[in-house]
Amino acid sequence: MKISINNLNIWYENYHAIKGLTLEVAEHEILGVIGPSNSGKSSFIKALNRMNELNPRSRTTGEILLDGENLSAIDKHFLRKRVGIVFALPLPLPLSIYDNVAYGPRLHGIKERKKLTESVEKSLRAAAIWDEVKDRLDTGAFKLSGGQQQRLCIARTLAVEPEVILYDEPCSGLDPISTAKVEEAMRQLKKNYTQILVTNNVKQSARVADRTAFFLMGELVEIGATPQIFTAPRDKRTEDYITGRFG
Amino acid sequence: MDEKLKQKIAFNILLIITILIVAPVVLIFLLVLVRGLPGLSWEFLTAIPRDGMRAGGIFPAIVGTIYLTLGTAVFSIPLGILAAIYLNEYARRNALTRIIELAIINLAGVPSIVYGLFGLGLFVTFLGFGASILAGSLTLSIMTLPVIITATREALNAVPQSFREVSFSLGATRWQTVRHVVLPNAIPGILTGTILGLSRAAGETAPILFTVAAFYLPRLPQSVYDQAMVLPYHIYVLSTQVPNVSVKIQYGTVLVLIGMVFIMNILAAWLRARFRRRKVW
Repeated sequence: MKISINNLNIWYENYHAIKGLTLEVAEHEILGVIGPSNSGKSSFIKALNRMNELNPRSRTTGEILLDGENLSAIDKHFLRKRVGIVFALPLPLPLSIYDNVAYGPRLHGIKERKKLTESVEKSLRAAAIWDEVKDRLDTGAFKLSGGQQQRLCIARTLAVEPEVILYDEPCSGLDPISTAKVEEAMRQLKKNYTQILVTNNVKQSARVADRTAFFLMGELVEIGATPQIFTAPRDKRTEDYITGRFG
Repeated sequence: MDEKLKQKIAFNILLIITILIVAPVVLIFLLVLVRGLPGLSWEFLTAIPRDGMRAGGIFPAIVGTIYLTLGTAVFSIPLGILAAIYLNEYARRNALTRIIELAIINLAGVPSIVYGLFGLGLFVTFLGFGASILAGSLTLSIMTLPVIITATREALNAVPQSFREVSFSLGATRWQTVRHVVLPNAIPGILTGTILGLSRAAGETAPILFTVAAFYLPRLPQSVYDQAMVLPYHIYVLSTQVPNVSVKIQYGTVLVLIGMVFIMNILAAWLRARFRRRKVW
């Protein structure tokens, strides 16, 4: 197993955001995570690269293993290199397209221009945006459209060569065509990466994920192969949610 | 009454009040300009005072003010910016940082004459710098620190939190994030705030009264341990301590000081405008 989570609990002061989560993620799978707002989806993936620690009010118990190694034993800067994240809103840095993608590799000590350029091209290709930006790598990233910015952010995450990519509602601000392109990029990335996709869009999980997990009020209600979850959910609450009866 | 008429009256009252705020600035400037301009000449700017400061120029005082402002910049800019970075980007919120923040706020509220006496006690007497450019610069630095710290923190806070999160998410350390993402985007704000703080310091009289200002020096200061003539104090001397100084010399000196402060403020405004145009988010 790539990631094993055992009895994970997360609190924000007195608010219990994740309640005793136990879950495994296989290598090279896409795990979709669905659930209404406040179900704990975002808290869950932010725990996977310890981004939740940036919030001084959060508290975590339980264990998360990455390749059998306890997350708390891994230096968090190195961990975040291994487990990358793509945020809900496209968040380019106020730099050129090139420098956005090269930002991560530079942090980790790559200085040689040739290596950086290779890494930038490879990452932009993998995020399915190379053809759209290859002639204007020096322009500011804010000049790109929202969908392009989000794929640029994926490329930026890829450039540090992570093993796992987390997506926190990556298409919430995108139009359907941009969404389709981002989803296509995810499918392409499948052969090299383990991906976890948190999404508010139930259909997106159905389109992309191998397995889907349904969270509700901080609990994992049900997890299973995506077709099973969508055609024959075992739990009544799952069925109600995916058919749009609540949430 | 008709609603539109009411609105018109209200807006006109607001406009008049706003103009009243501008009026003192304009009046002061016009007065100084009209009375001081006849006194300005190349000699006035580049010669030393003669005839008990009733003739000649104010060159030593101009140079003294420039030295003092530079000295203040040397001490207060690094200290202020580094302290602000620490408080904003590193320090945890706890009792200690709250006490520091409170101290900074209070430092900003201390009357300037108290700084002067403090500088006299600490730098001039206790540390033995004597009345000197060094002692004056240090005293003005302490006075300017809260301004620079506050301006820097505001500039740092204006950098979106999301930029920091993105940087951390790529495995950056706190220092890498500060160095590569936060600072480059905060520099414009830091610069303008710093220059405004320094321009305040350049015009202060009380803090330099006992720490550096010389009544009359026929030469330029030779080292940082020298006393210096400085414009604000020189104005005080010309207007109260020396009889029969011509109005054009008095106002000419004021005009030069205002001009120097003005140039710094315009520089700050220009920098801000320039960076704002380049801002991409």
